[in-house]
Amino acid sequence: MTEPDATPAASERTTIARDGIAVGVATGAYGVSFGAVSVAAGLDVLQTCALSLLVFTGASQFAFVGVLAAGGAPLSGALTALLLGIRNTLYGLRLAPLLAWRGWRRVGAAQLVIDESTAMSVTRETTAAARVGFLSTGLSVFALWNLATFVGALAGTALGDPRTFGLDAAVGAAFLALLWPRLSTTTNRVVAVLAAALALGLVPITPAGVPVLAAAGVALGAGLVTGGRR
Amino acid sequence: MTWLAILATAAGCYLLKLTGLSVPSKVLDQPLVERIADLMPVALLAALIGVQVLGEGSQLVLDARLVGLAVAVVALVLRAPFIVVVFSAALAAALVRLL
Repeated sequence: MTEPDATPAASERTTIARDGIAVGVATGAYGVSFGAVSVAAGLDVLQTCALSLLVFTGASQFAFVGVLAAGGAPLSGALTALLLGIRNTLYGLRLAPLLAWRGWRRVGAAQLVIDESTAMSVTRETTAAARVGFLSTGLSVFALWNLATFVGALAGTALGDPRTFGLDAAVGAAFLALLWPRLSTTTNRVVAVLAAALALGLVPITPAGVPVLAAAGVALGAGLVTGGRR
Repeated sequence: MTWLAILATAAGCYLLKLTGLSVPSKVLDQPLVERIADLMPVALLAALIGVQVLGEGSQLVLDARLVGLAVAVVALVLRAPFIVVVFSAALAAALVRLL
């Protein structure tokens, strides 16, 4: 599968790195929306920046602030964010043999395991090429995501009441944009409809935060029912 | 409390990432685990959309946010970039409230 000794040509490395940086720039742009949405949810600028620096996985961050915006307890937000972070574990499993890092390098690389860095490295033929893809994408997303978060948070603070500028509506749109590419199969569409219906049904009868967590049960149930089928 | 939750989320999300890079793949790399991990974002994001767009405390209400979501759908169908989707939804909701 991988040949750790094989070194990609300089031109190939440049191409991979350029693609990675391009992904970073594109991703950084939606860091602005995260920053704005997070302060609209009631977090301050420092808390918003801490989320991007320390949590650094977009869907989990959006979920955390989304649950808080809906009036949920911070703990419910944290649990929802962790459930969404599980997919990064799966990415790590794919990446580990390919990147072949040990010790402190692996400890450092772990923070960069996200959708984008995985997509840009998991298809590479060699360890060297995978590392270039992973690092160029991961580091450029990290830099721009955090910068953009800060800018978005400042802008969101300056705007004042989020409702005036429809920022509360932006949260739902952000979740939809994250969900959209995952709606390609019938099973996923059914799961999405059931999960939304269950959550809405629970809104009047459970504390805020619980409806979303309960929806995780739909994923569990559907996973068990459909087994290992793709 | 918010800070505590932020730090717990950060620690947990980091450990989830590190676990993937560190655990022998045989332990977790099973069809059922992968299936559920694939479906988890679908269910949670769909639930978050529902609560975020229709929830108001412990009530469900139809307001400008739904118009924002509809505009987001149109933007996604037109393959608009993420940031355009998000801000066009915000703009639509803001305009509805001005009316």
